[in-house]
Amino acid sequence: MSIVKPEYLGVSRISGPIIVVDGVSGVGFDEVVEVITPSGEVRKGRVLEVERGKAIVQVFEGTEGLSLSETRVRFLGEPLKVPVSMDMLGRVMNSLAEPIDGNPKPIAEDLRDVNGSPLNPVAREYPRDFIQTGISVIDCMCSLVRGQKLPIFSAAGLPHNLLAAQIARQAEIGGEEDFYIVFAAMGIKHDEAVFFRRRFEEGGALKRTAMFINLAEDPVMERIITPRTALTLAEYLAFEQEAHVLVILTDMTSYCEALREISASLEEVPSRKGYPGYMYSDLASIYERAGRIHGKNGSLTQMPILTMPNDDITHPIPDLTGYITEGQIVLDRELYNRGVYPPVNVLISLSRLMKDGIGKGKTREDHADVASQLYAAYAECNELRSLASIMGEEALSQRDRAYLRFGDEFEMRFINQGVDEDRSIEKTLEIAWDLLSILPREELTRIHREYLDKYLRT
Amino acid sequence: MRGVIVRISGPVVEAEGMTGAQMHEMVTVGKENLRGEVIRIEKDHAVIQVYESTSGLRPGEEVKGTGKPLSVELGPGLIGNIFDGTQRPLQVLAERAGVFIRRGINVPALPRDKKWHFTPKVKVNDAVYGGDIIGVVEESGLIEHRILVPPNIQGKISEIADEGEYTVEEWIAKVRMGDETRIIRMFHTWPVRRPRPYKRRLTPKIPLITGQRVIDTFFPIAKGGTASIPGGFGTGKTITQQQLAKWSDADVIIYVGCGERGNEMVDILLSFPKLVDPRSGRSLMERTILIANTSNMPVSAREASIYTGVTIGEYYRDMGYHVALMADSTSRWAEALREISGRLEEMPAEEGYPSYLPTRLGEFYERAGVVETLGSESRIGSLSIIGAVSPPGGDFSEPVTTHTKRFTRAFWALDKELADARHYPAINWIQSYSEYVDEVSEWWIENVDKEWRRYRSEAMRILQREDELKEIVKLVGPEALPDRERLILEVARILRVAFLQQNALDPIDTYSAPIKQFKMLKIIIDFYYGAQKIIEMGVPIFKITQIPLISDIMRMKSEIPNDKIELLDELYLRVKASLSELEKSLR
Repeated sequence: MSIVKPEYLGVSRISGPIIVVDGVSGVGFDEVVEVITPSGEVRKGRVLEVERGKAIVQVFEGTEGLSLSETRVRFLGEPLKVPVSMDMLGRVMNSLAEPIDGNPKPIAEDLRDVNGSPLNPVAREYPRDFIQTGISVIDCMCSLVRGQKLPIFSAAGLPHNLLAAQIARQAEIGGEEDFYIVFAAMGIKHDEAVFFRRRFEEGGALKRTAMFINLAEDPVMERIITPRTALTLAEYLAFEQEAHVLVILTDMTSYCEALREISASLEEVPSRKGYPGYMYSDLASIYERAGRIHGKNGSLTQMPILTMPNDDITHPIPDLTGYITEGQIVLDRELYNRGVYPPVNVLISLSRLMKDGIGKGKTREDHADVASQLYAAYAECNELRSLASIMGEEALSQRDRAYLRFGDEFEMRFINQGVDEDRSIEKTLEIAWDLLSILPREELTRIHREYLDKYLRT
Repeated sequence: MRGVIVRISGPVVEAEGMTGAQMHEMVTVGKENLRGEVIRIEKDHAVIQVYESTSGLRPGEEVKGTGKPLSVELGPGLIGNIFDGTQRPLQVLAERAGVFIRRGINVPALPRDKKWHFTPKVKVNDAVYGGDIIGVVEESGLIEHRILVPPNIQGKISEIADEGEYTVEEWIAKVRMGDETRIIRMFHTWPVRRPRPYKRRLTPKIPLITGQRVIDTFFPIAKGGTASIPGGFGTGKTITQQQLAKWSDADVIIYVGCGERGNEMVDILLSFPKLVDPRSGRSLMERTILIANTSNMPVSAREASIYTGVTIGEYYRDMGYHVALMADSTSRWAEALREISGRLEEMPAEEGYPSYLPTRLGEFYERAGVVETLGSESRIGSLSIIGAVSPPGGDFSEPVTTHTKRFTRAFWALDKELADARHYPAINWIQSYSEYVDEVSEWWIENVDKEWRRYRSEAMRILQREDELKEIVKLVGPEALPDRERLILEVARILRVAFLQQNALDPIDTYSAPIKQFKMLKIIIDFYYGAQKIIEMGVPIFKITQIPLISDIMRMKSEIPNDKIELLDELYLRVKASLSELEKSLR
């Protein structure tokens, strides 16, 4: 390959984050470009579409200050690669893995394609190792396992950051195995970034954490790269260094907005709410990078956070995410307003991989039954609540009133816990059995009789 | 034919100098020989959808035609295997290229070096027609692979291989067709977008028994029928599909993971070999073929994946087998269609989907059916298709769901509220329907019980009535209802919990044999009749709801295994006795 990269002077069109370069030859689809502004600043970009003699380029750091005649474009002949290195732990970087914490550049151990490659399904190892987060409602009702992708569906004003930080701090695995956190922020507020940094610092987790930050004020286009850069490092740590890695991606809503912005400037046919038709595939190319590989020790667990626009779970962003991820933890404004933390709406939260991560030898034999019974009872309670709100509680039978009492205590004693409270799974199940004893024994049809005999206190 | 790339936009590539290209012809693209398919031709310009990542591809690189449409290889070695959307064997790819899927690796779908034990079934000079069996190979412990004369060949056998070990590429028979001699190997290729021919279609009449009570008893699907499962995320589409793949009484199962999660495919890959087919006692993997094109794999191969699956399905149907194909999810396939259509700048119809979406859906589902196969000795084979649909926001009025409804005859609507209450399978009994009830009644009456139809209708009536009564209860509370209506609520609750809910993770409950389903239903409905009689005699409802045996009814699904059906008869008698005791106590 020649060392001199073809360089072109002048572009024919600038529209939003997109520039069109004419008269090019030998340019490949998806390759990286360097855009040199009239003032000499170098920005990175990517080829979105190429025709004979013409390339459409998306500029990551924005097109501000570019002009038609004075902009120079250099095509680098390969897809975007970012450095990966163990030294990135403890560091704060931008979307292209360049340090922004004032310290020198970490020495790259390798350069990798940010897009990764799809994992061959037959090479995957099925995730089945329970991660104890120390949070009752998650551990018992929607258990997280290593290699899972489990998002938090939140909304503006809800404590998703607090919860994510608590999980990251408490989800440590007791053994001698390495556990790292890769944190990618897309379009979040400055204060949020500071919050995460401080929380990691307090828990002593900062030295095990690599942070990739794209703030709300940073160029929108870089947001498309941020999660990919983070995941490229995470894959290196998980599958090369064989460590356990938890990746927190926040806020996926900003990411999707950026995707829509690019799509609109390319004048593509939109699908729902103006988002591009390929948003599902695009999100999948991020989320599916979670997992375990057969024969390797490490794991890549993802916890994407997204804020549901207008609290609407049917909005395309949470909707498409939910179709790809293995469950979801949904935060609820009403619970939060009642002072419950974490305000997890149990009824619509779910962990798909829970069934294989719990039970005898993993958590406890009765775990699955207890979780199922708690769900059923809480669902029944919620139905009765709406009935009680019409007719008054007095009109309800004794059985029904027991359900109402169960529901209240379930929220206050089981879901609710301190931001630094770390409950073991045994402790969590103990509280659960305590709550179930409020209900008549014959109502507990989802629990095998032997467990009732063994664990139910009368 | 050799053309030159002029434009690249994602998976869509445009090339010129393509004179002579055929629609749907397979081509190889660029230096790395990526595989693609021609999807539009205009003069010497062709638009190609590429099945692998086009990253780094440059205008000016070459496009070569293969002269053949996108095809699959049909022969022994399919069963127990896992392929991507264009039938590349994933196991082999992993051995060659490692854990990540690399592009430009072309390996044949069927292993070339493996030898199969072939037993001929014809002699020299026998006249054979397309569809005739010329020999058999034991493909797995469950499937005898019947080597068929390809549909377009007929003539006299001039040579036939002796019984022995052969690879798929060696000739096993030669057929004289007029002046020429055609060589028959153990495999042949077939274009995926062309349905395989058969002699004639028959009416589907035999139910596909799935062991899932809400399906078999309430909304059955016939062998050779079509069904759709729409549901928002988290409503249990995949687990329902997997249950069907595990327990359906089909001979061959084809599971197409189309744009879904990688971990789900691994789950099947790991769990199926350990699961035992209740009928044969052999591993379920010995009758299963997996097509996996997960959501992060190239989008155009996702479009091809359901055709690959359905063509393989038709091939086993032609051998005289009952095949069931599960496609999870057809929405992802439709989205792939939309993405390609968008790149072609076609005029969109509803929600950006191309206007030909309904046509494509119709063509796909119409490939299901019970048929009399080609060949001089007629065989009956069937292909059933069960498609999952993932409507955005769980809204069933979106294009893919509404069009799918037109082409499928059983509709299993998954309900978010039921799923939230962990009522699984979350098939809503008010919204769902099956047009096969009349057709399969005869089978139930002959093989299970002559009163099947009556009990089923009665149960449906109770559930329907409950739905109406619930509206009233919401306004005035249950206390305001007369006892006979409160009994309906109680029995409906029993039906829901004891019958409709079925726990896929419980070793006993996961599969209910037809006879168990019927006896369970009979216990509940006859309990209703008995209780109704007593209520009319003036007994208050709480006396009924307090009968301790109700909790036995609630647990019968997981406490009484399929091979101890007599325990259900015993329970039936105990329920009867306890009701008549209550009746006696009144006198």
